[in-house]
Amino acid sequence: MLTAANTLRVTRVSSVRVESPTVKTFTFKDKLCAKARPGQFIMIWIPGVDEIPLSIMNVEKGEVSVAVKAVGEATCALHGMKVGDKVGVRGPFGSYFTETPGRVLLVGGGTGVAPLLFLAKRLSARAKRLALVMGAKTKSELLFLDQFTALCTAKSMIAATEDGSYGLKCLATEPVETLLKKENFDMIYACGPEPMVRQIFLIAEKYVIPIEASLERLMRCGLGLCGSCMIGKYRVCKDGPVFNATQLREVKDELGVSKLDFDGKRIRF
Amino acid sequence: MRGNSLSINIAGLQLKNPVILASGILGYTSASLQSIAENGVGAVVTKSIGLKPRSGYSNPTVVQTKCGLINAMGLPNPGIDAYASEIRQAKALLTVPLIVSVYGFSAEEYAETARRAVEAGADAVELNVSCPHVKETGVEIGQNPEVLVEVVRKVKAVVGKPVIVKLSPNVTDIAELAEAAADAGADALTAINTLRAMAIDIETARPILSNKRGGLSGPAIKPIALRCVYDLYEKVKIPLIGCGGITDWRDAVEFLLAGASAVQVGTAVALKSPAVFKAINRGVSAYLRKKKLESVKDLVGLAHRS
Repeated sequence: MLTAANTLRVTRVSSVRVESPTVKTFTFKDKLCAKARPGQFIMIWIPGVDEIPLSIMNVEKGEVSVAVKAVGEATCALHGMKVGDKVGVRGPFGSYFTETPGRVLLVGGGTGVAPLLFLAKRLSARAKRLALVMGAKTKSELLFLDQFTALCTAKSMIAATEDGSYGLKCLATEPVETLLKKENFDMIYACGPEPMVRQIFLIAEKYVIPIEASLERLMRCGLGLCGSCMIGKYRVCKDGPVFNATQLREVKDELGVSKLDFDGKRIRF
Repeated sequence: MRGNSLSINIAGLQLKNPVILASGILGYTSASLQSIAENGVGAVVTKSIGLKPRSGYSNPTVVQTKCGLINAMGLPNPGIDAYASEIRQAKALLTVPLIVSVYGFSAEEYAETARRAVEAGADAVELNVSCPHVKETGVEIGQNPEVLVEVVRKVKAVVGKPVIVKLSPNVTDIAELAEAAADAGADALTAINTLRAMAIDIETARPILSNKRGGLSGPAIKPIALRCVYDLYEKVKIPLIGCGGITDWRDAVEFLLAGASAVQVGTAVALKSPAVFKAINRGVSAYLRKKKLESVKDLVGLAHRS
């Protein structure tokens, strides 16, 4: 069907917040996106530049927020935007996290923590236990520390940096395995670079814990039509971006190993 | 019996049913073609493949309008070198015919790409002489009868499998091009590709697609495609494949009645789901039973009697 979600709406940036030297959070009004569930994404059109997929970080009072790291032409152009500037929005699109209210472990890498923050807000009152492992290259790239601390309590929050500038000096995978050796969880929710997601998935399998992971691929149409974002038989934009353990098992050979490039050629991570 | 009633042969391609995945939709990988095949298609057509890799246009590449989708992907593809292995893998997985869509910037490029697609295992090739948004290929080839004839002849000279020509509606007289392709040796025709179109955002006063112009697909173009098929059925003897805005079994039956031996479905995969293929086949089957017809072949061109 021709749906309202697929239709491009133009809206204005209502607030910009600097989260780190490379990450800003953008908020804008959009009624449809404000109904999104944690894990879903939107397509943002930067007029005259590009249109890119972004995970939703929060929805509140008819507004939607996304955390954006300046890495390429589109994200740098977005970083140059001010309150009142116009962007186009499509979505919300895709699958979402199940919001299991048991003992929950969140694992995020880099800006992958953004949808997990949205999820943590929904779960904090309901989950029996809410623990978070977040990883980043360096201290300044650990995002939303205060908000996560408030939601998970300081005791249940483990940070890891590759350069050891904050928390543990290791990848996010190490503290995850340490935690799982000590206690049981009902669900792991993961989001971050795909090689990290792969490792977390393998650990979850080893300890026989259900996992849902949000994946990111090159996206064009966002409608499940063009095939640019395929992983195995799945379309990340339509069947994903959140996949459960059964689906991740089906795409294990590709997960964190290879993906399609702009020209549809398979490249390695 | 039900399966048999839907089977049809098109230029030597034996299809278990007349519903084909249109080019450009999910056609990059063998895994996605196989996934579509599991949804009950009669055959699959790949994304258009050229001699060299192409990245396509930057986003937005698709925009939804009130009456359909406009796309300008820009023919992103890995080139036949890299794609040959995908064709081989797809052939190993698929139990339905694999049609490789081919484009080129010259007759020689079409021929070389087609030859290598068939060498890798393609059961047929579909010549994209109708893409409306890339310069010096697609419709710029398919709108000129002399150039089109040269392309079809050169491909036919090097390919031993059926050659299907996908025609554009963005021409003065589609029948003239259809006859030229048929005379040059095309084994079947697909009608139609998308219609040249665009969308402008009124807030920013900018064209939405990065390429500005694209091709309109979806329900809006169905009556146009249907008229094209009806016209072509009266002009050419080779089999026709209807394409354009087909979203349900009623649409498919209309195209068969107009003279198509099969139909292709693309946009409906996104607007509905990949389950659309099964749904169309179920509907066509039920229609045949209700009309007390034995085979889908009995429908082809039926609207032309009297």
